[in-house]
Amino acid sequence: MTDVMRMFRRSSAALFGLALVAVMAVLAVLAPWLAPRDPDAIDTARRLAPILTPGHPLGTDEFGRDLLSRLLYGARISLVVGLAATALAAVAGSLCGLLAGFVGRWVDQLIMRSIDTLMAFPYFLLAVAIIAALGPGLVNGMVAVAVVNIPFYGRIVRATVLAVKQTEYVESARALGVSELRLALTHVLRNCLAPVIVAVTLNIGGMITALAGLSFLGLGVQPPTSDWGSMLAASRQYLNVAPHVAALPGIAIFLTVLGFNLLGDGLRDALDPRLR
Amino acid sequence: MAAVGGGGLPAYALRRLLLAVPVLFGVSVLVFAVLHLAPGDPAAIMLGAQATKEDIQRLHRDLGLDQPLVVQYFHWIGQVARGDLGRSIPLGRAVLPEVLLRFKATLLLTAGALTIAILLGLIAGIVSAVKQYSWLDRLSMGVAVTGVSLPVFWTGIMLIIVFSLQLRWFPSSGMSSPYGSSVSDVIWHLVLPAMTLGTASAAALARLTRSSVLEIIRQDYVRSARAKGLAERAVIARHVLKNAINPIITVLGVQVGFLLGGAILTETVFSWPGLGSMMVRAIQARDYPLVQGGVLLIATTFVVVNLVVDLLYAIFDPRIRYD
Repeated sequence: MTDVMRMFRRSSAALFGLALVAVMAVLAVLAPWLAPRDPDAIDTARRLAPILTPGHPLGTDEFGRDLLSRLLYGARISLVVGLAATALAAVAGSLCGLLAGFVGRWVDQLIMRSIDTLMAFPYFLLAVAIIAALGPGLVNGMVAVAVVNIPFYGRIVRATVLAVKQTEYVESARALGVSELRLALTHVLRNCLAPVIVAVTLNIGGMITALAGLSFLGLGVQPPTSDWGSMLAASRQYLNVAPHVAALPGIAIFLTVLGFNLLGDGLRDALDPRLR
Repeated sequence: MAAVGGGGLPAYALRRLLLAVPVLFGVSVLVFAVLHLAPGDPAAIMLGAQATKEDIQRLHRDLGLDQPLVVQYFHWIGQVARGDLGRSIPLGRAVLPEVLLRFKATLLLTAGALTIAILLGLIAGIVSAVKQYSWLDRLSMGVAVTGVSLPVFWTGIMLIIVFSLQLRWFPSSGMSSPYGSSVSDVIWHLVLPAMTLGTASAAALARLTRSSVLEIIRQDYVRSARAKGLAERAVIARHVLKNAINPIITVLGVQVGFLLGGAILTETVFSWPGLGSMMVRAIQARDYPLVQGGVLLIATTFVVVNLVVDLLYAIFDPRIRYD
């Protein structure tokens, strides 16, 4: 573990990623204290104010709402929804992978063929199709993006389980009379932890982008909630007069996703030396 | 992939083709479910608030919603097999010609984006690997990780602000000018959307090309090739790229999926008249047959692309066929 930490610390890109994620997390947590105004307070006298307007450091949107406040509250939505969707996908996918790898036979066949079917859809299209069935909204968007990512975790965990099952210590634990369930939950699952953690950090960035994309299309988070994706969608009407209204939420998404991607790359390199 | 026995390429192709059947069946079940998972009565939702009870009952009969689910599925898949994807109520037209028309626009956008992705991604990836740890490598990998993290819908909007609204070099929306559409006019409209969609994919491709080329460069036979005095250019072209091509082809298959999905966002940003922008509007209008038609067409295309990728893989790497 100390080796991993050392490897990770040596990568300046990974540390930068960690710092970006940490800053975003702090901003999201402290949003109610940092935001200069109520993010939903409408001020029609000050519509589309430019950056550095007194009282509105980053300007205002088409309803005169303070952009800095909306961006800060948007960080909460993006991070919470992104993390929740990733957790959902990781848990559901890992369970599928564990079941497929450990039980084998027809259970394995059934799960893996279902995973093949999910993977037959282009990633974002499947999320959109699920929204088409469930209807637009924040929770449905989260479920949609989570379902789409189940195969990613299912395959990683199944491969790890198949490898671990062959090891001598699992054989000997079985010989000692340890129940199959306990074997799966302790020995096998524990070995899946490292690859799943790496997968989660590599995956969160894509999750946040996908959720922002759904909101951008009007299929995820619904107005007037402060959300980066829907802020971007609304800004398209005013690109000529107020380009900053479009630029800012995108920069926020970009920095957050970049942070997670750099962090994920660094963790993967530290935990899997073959890839260096 | 699944285990394959001997028998060479034709036998492998046949087995791979058969493997696509259950996947297509799964795809059709999921697309069928889009309508039937919907909460509430789909007929009432499709017809809207003004519909009378008789209207709803008639649509129930037309869609076969009063039948058991299994019967409905086989009825629906039978219609699909005959090329009947149903009717769009808001458009008042058959779904198939509508989706085929828009599919052309989506294919054009995807092809344009893929061309950009291959050109930029492959060159950047190969150069980075060959000149590992040089400033060129660091720069292109820095640009690549940035590109991977940029949301396509935002890149599109920024390109519109700079190249369309400020510089006025390219149009910001649509696929052709109102006064007829020549090939050059369509290409002129295609530049920004294809750049938007293609750069994200190029970034991912560059990273993967770099790592697969790096893996090959470290092989003994590459060292031997260098040792026998072969020029570096020949080593890269003849020994490295030839062997790095397979992982790259696999990644290209994955990227086509990314592009077909990303097209939904790009088409919305640029009002590109493709399947993606159509589906978003259809979802908002609860036009289930149109959504189903669009999803089915794109997913089937992706299954076919993956099939082709696997076959190419087997052609380039004979070990696959006998694995």
